[in-house]
Amino acid sequence: MGLYLLRRLGLAVPTLLGVTVVVFALIRLIPGDPARLILGLQASEDEVARLRVELGLDRPLYVQYARFFARLVRGDLGYSAVTREPVIGEIGSRLPATVQLAVSSIVLATLVGMAAGILSAARQYSALDYLVMTVALFGVSLPVFWLGLMLMLLFSVYLNWLPAGGYGTPAHLVLPTVALAAFSVAIIARMTRSSLLEVFNQDYIRTARAKGLHGRVVILRHALKNALIPVITVIGLQFGALLGGAILTETVFAWPGMGRLLVSAITARDYAVVQGVVLVFAGLFTLVNLAVDVLYAYVDPRIHYG
Amino acid sequence: MSTPASTTVRWLPETVALRPRPGVWRRLRRHRTAVVGLAVLAVFVVGSLLAPVLFTEDPTEANFERVLQPPSRAHLLGTDNLGRDLLVRIVYGARVSFLIGVLAVSLSAALGVPVGLISGYYGGGVDMAIQRLVDLMLAFPGFLLALTLIAVLGVGVTNVVVAVGLATAPVYVRLVRGVALSIRTQVYVEAAQALGASAGRILRRHVLPNCLAPVIVQSTLQLGTAILTAAGLGFLGLGVKPPTPEWGTMLGEGQTYLFSSWYMATFPGLAIFLTVLAFNLLGDGLRDALDPRMRLP
Repeated sequence: MGLYLLRRLGLAVPTLLGVTVVVFALIRLIPGDPARLILGLQASEDEVARLRVELGLDRPLYVQYARFFARLVRGDLGYSAVTREPVIGEIGSRLPATVQLAVSSIVLATLVGMAAGILSAARQYSALDYLVMTVALFGVSLPVFWLGLMLMLLFSVYLNWLPAGGYGTPAHLVLPTVALAAFSVAIIARMTRSSLLEVFNQDYIRTARAKGLHGRVVILRHALKNALIPVITVIGLQFGALLGGAILTETVFAWPGMGRLLVSAITARDYAVVQGVVLVFAGLFTLVNLAVDVLYAYVDPRIHYG
Repeated sequence: MSTPASTTVRWLPETVALRPRPGVWRRLRRHRTAVVGLAVLAVFVVGSLLAPVLFTEDPTEANFERVLQPPSRAHLLGTDNLGRDLLVRIVYGARVSFLIGVLAVSLSAALGVPVGLISGYYGGGVDMAIQRLVDLMLAFPGFLLALTLIAVLGVGVTNVVVAVGLATAPVYVRLVRGVALSIRTQVYVEAAQALGASAGRILRRHVLPNCLAPVIVQSTLQLGTAILTAAGLGFLGLGVKPPTPEWGTMLGEGQTYLFSSWYMATFPGLAIFLTVLAFNLLGDGLRDALDPRMRLP
């Protein structure tokens, strides 16, 4: 297990390195002179040239990347062209809000999705099964930003139960979490159902039923454990979808997270911030995938990591 | 994936090999939800094509004498902040959304399918290199990759197509590679190799036809996703530029007026939802019709 952990960590390192190369290259593909962009149109050629040297833009690309990487490992992501503040600080102040939203959504999606999937599988082809699967189909087709606005319209404008946007109290968290989780609830419910149905065909389930165990015990103790692997994979992948969806959800609910920071940075052409936020998002997702792989080993002792 | 029965089919004259299995259309027609999906899509497509006949007004022209009117008999879905009829804009918007969807998915498949074929068929170092590249692209959550590409490319219809198409190409690489991996060990491929067929011919004649069914199913589902992604970009103001009627952009404009004029955000979103739902229904139906053994990943 320890060796496996090390090996899996070793695999994540090249991915993370690759991510830094991709993001670095993408941002350098943007037409225009970054120094000019920072200083504005009024600056003289001399000033621009000086800043180019200062930023190292006159050096070859691989030297620029080496400098970029050396700063990155020290936690230096450069300065925002808009606020002139260090990018790492801007991200640091926004990261908790995004993590809070993403974690509460994945928890909600896992609980509701798995419960719905288990109920559906236990009563296959019942009215309940059809209802759950129909709702799930709607769930995967709903645009998160539209669902967010519709929830806001219903619960904030008409019923006046919950705040329409903002951040701070638990009440503020409810609507964004529900909107963001909906898609993942549907995916997790579908996967739980189909994975369980597959396990139901196994001999050991027939044995458990034959020896007279209660249906609930068979499903929860015998079947669910064995059906978990694909469900965990999907939950891990959903975390990526959630991070993507968070960008839209944060915009809908004026949630002060990294997604909104990214969108405003793109609009303002603040590329240092864009670069930083994209790196953090991709890094987070890579770490979650790593955690999912480690979880496999815990859930399924049959997996050998030789 | 492949049974002995289909092996014999592949050795019939070439025109037969590329034809979908018989009865697909018949099975699809019996698939009730798929028919519903198809019908919804048909309404949107026909409506958007007939838009100039159905409506006399221009979807982009402002009319300040009737701004933000709730749904009425004159304007079934109401009017927006510039006095434009929402129904007209949504019907014209179907053109934009469907065009973006089809082009993005075509680009995605055109890039992903050949790369997947090569990756799966050749294996070895080529496969390794391609798969690491795919891993790298998949390290970015889907929407984030499209958004980052937009940040680099800038907004506009063409850039949205490129961004969405590139961001979803890894899906095809993975899908086709999987099929190619399983096909390349089949006896009929070995036989073709023994007969001296070139790799290109084997890929075209034997491997590609086996990929068609999963690629068709995936593309149908992908159309929904592409439209959803493009609409998301539009909603953020980073997609199609106004005044072009695009559903996501319209929804973004509607958010500003949500509290006073609910219809402005509600109906464009409903159009996106129905379209994506229809593509999902059709995709599921196609999967069942093309190959009952094929299952959701």
